[in-house]
Amino acid sequence: MNIHEYQAKQLLAQYGVAVPPGDVCTTADEAKAIAEKLFTKGEKVVVVKSQIHAGGRGKGTFKSGFQGGVKLCKTAADVYEKAKAMLGQVLVTKQTGPEGRLVSKLLVAAAPAIRKELYLAVLLDRATSRPLIMVSTEGGVDIEEVAEKTPEKIVKETIDPAVGIMPYQGRKLAVALGLKGDLIAQGAKLLLGVYKTWWECDAAMVEINPLCIIEGADGKEALVAVDAKIGLDDNALYRHKNIQEMRDLAEEAPLEIEASKFNLNYIKLDGNIACLVNGAGLAMATMDIIQHFGGLPANFLDVGGGASKDQVTAAFKIILSDPNVKGIMVNIFGGIMDCNVIATGIVAAVRETGLKLPLVVRLEGNNVLAGKKTLSESGLTIISGDSMADAAQKVVKAVGK
Amino acid sequence: MAILVTPQSKILVQGITGSFGARHTQLSLAYGTQVVAGVTPGKGGQLFENQVPIFDTVAEAARQTGATISAIFVPPPFAGDAILEAVDAGLDLVVCITEGIPVNDMVKVKRAMQGKKTRLIGPNCPGVVTPGTGKDSYGGCRIGIAPGYIHKKGNIGVVSRSGTLTYEAVWQLTCRGVGQSTCVGIGGDPVNGTSHLDIIKMFNDDPETTGIIMIGEIGGSAEEEAAEWIKMNCKKPVAGFIAGATAPPGRRMGHAGAIVSGGKGTAAAKIEAFKDAGIGIAVTPSEMADTLLKMM
Repeated sequence: MNIHEYQAKQLLAQYGVAVPPGDVCTTADEAKAIAEKLFTKGEKVVVVKSQIHAGGRGKGTFKSGFQGGVKLCKTAADVYEKAKAMLGQVLVTKQTGPEGRLVSKLLVAAAPAIRKELYLAVLLDRATSRPLIMVSTEGGVDIEEVAEKTPEKIVKETIDPAVGIMPYQGRKLAVALGLKGDLIAQGAKLLLGVYKTWWECDAAMVEINPLCIIEGADGKEALVAVDAKIGLDDNALYRHKNIQEMRDLAEEAPLEIEASKFNLNYIKLDGNIACLVNGAGLAMATMDIIQHFGGLPANFLDVGGGASKDQVTAAFKIILSDPNVKGIMVNIFGGIMDCNVIATGIVAAVRETGLKLPLVVRLEGNNVLAGKKTLSESGLTIISGDSMADAAQKVVKAVGK
Repeated sequence: MAILVTPQSKILVQGITGSFGARHTQLSLAYGTQVVAGVTPGKGGQLFENQVPIFDTVAEAARQTGATISAIFVPPPFAGDAILEAVDAGLDLVVCITEGIPVNDMVKVKRAMQGKKTRLIGPNCPGVVTPGTGKDSYGGCRIGIAPGYIHKKGNIGVVSRSGTLTYEAVWQLTCRGVGQSTCVGIGGDPVNGTSHLDIIKMFNDDPETTGIIMIGEIGGSAEEEAAEWIKMNCKKPVAGFIAGATAPPGRRMGHAGAIVSGGKGTAAAKIEAFKDAGIGIAVTPSEMADTLLKMM
């Protein structure tokens, strides 16, 4: 699960990580009120940031023609104007796709004078099965480009999960970031806080880009997380009630939300051949083989291990609500799953939805004979596939007609 | 010989009284597997299906029955604890079927297992099957959730991250009259106990295994590591398939994750590594068995 920048900053602040003061709002009046407070406290510049689950906001364009989803303002009146131009509008960035995302929340925060931009991330290193902290002096830019062109500018530190992060590791990374004097202790403390956020919230990734050296109100330099992105481990959400509440359904595709209600793993794609498969690996392979024989998969859909009749019916409804779909391939290899349950579900779903599109079914595994019998005795027009390749070729051909 | 397990292996099941664990224990018993004990805290002294004694702890179950291998079916919040209980009891092998364990739990488990003799397969895996010699491979060792009857005793080793793709490969082999030495599902989670490479090394050393099918998928770099070792060391033909060539990028892997693996997570990169190592590439998942058989 992903969360918004303002929510990520709330979590980080709970672990002592410095973030610019500010608040989230849903109306231009609220934005103005937050800005007025910040200006009263002596801030010179305030930033208005669109809250969507996608990067590239600053360089994005609203469908209204308004340029930029992140704006710097020097007066509360300007904040009001900018908020008015952004709220309720659809922002298109390089990460949103052409359909863009509706902006319904803004973060209004202090925008201190930045001396230098740095990069910091915590994630799982799959090669060692241990947490990894990555830092770079090249912040505020696309880190993948840094990794490709100047990999020596990325410094990594592995954390022993039995010990947790030690202060010396924080200092080591602070020095690697080029911090000097008082900022070393400040950087070490911030790194400890970011790591703790990652570990204790069960995050998949915490990324702070940029982490900034700013000029504080007292003229001294300070370290602040100016942007923040947190992705969470879905499997661990059950033990974080506060984070569950951060889920923003408006940021998720409606069909994917519907699918998740039935414990189905569905991802919409651009093709016209829908697939319904058990197992993530087989689901990916089914998409691959449809493409191999000249078709285009309309979705990824894993019905999981113990699919019930209701789940199969729900899966069919979800698939069919995509208007691009012109044919369906069901590919089931029952290990955990009873093929007859699937077959019964298919028959019920076809009857309930009044399916007119070509349907190719390939069943194999647990109780397969009963499953095939259920399909053949249903009186429905269901094309049977003997193997994955056979089924894929048949569905591609049926859709091509 | 086979690897990891033989038809003589004695198995205990953690979570034997849960519906999932119970159902697959019944199937394993029906396959002729030596399931000698179950563990459900608080139900010690009872019998499962009137034949398998249930114990309160793994240590007790192992001591009283001589079981050296555990199959874990307990729900995700308790699975990490269950694995470490089996490790503490000094078992040789733990096969964790449970799907949905928090990643950080597995990070801790893996750290705690360092230096211990126990090997972990999984989690989030279909398990291990060494087929038997009876009808529909009856009499073999089935740990986990794979359909037993699709197997056939023979000489091909199969290793995969995905359950259903493993069954697909096994079934293709069996339909062509070719049997398997052992089939291992290592699981689809980012942190698992045993890698592709660990299993490939075992197959390479197993005199009964004469060919290997390795099935991978996008993400991480375990397939590349295995390919590199195969290139230099493997004496047996290996055929491979990588799932996910058409998967949309960025849906599962975070931004920074791609950096650590240095662009190694894509299907294209993995297929390239396979080719470079002389591994036969199955262009579609329907050709996994044929690709290997052509090489042999």
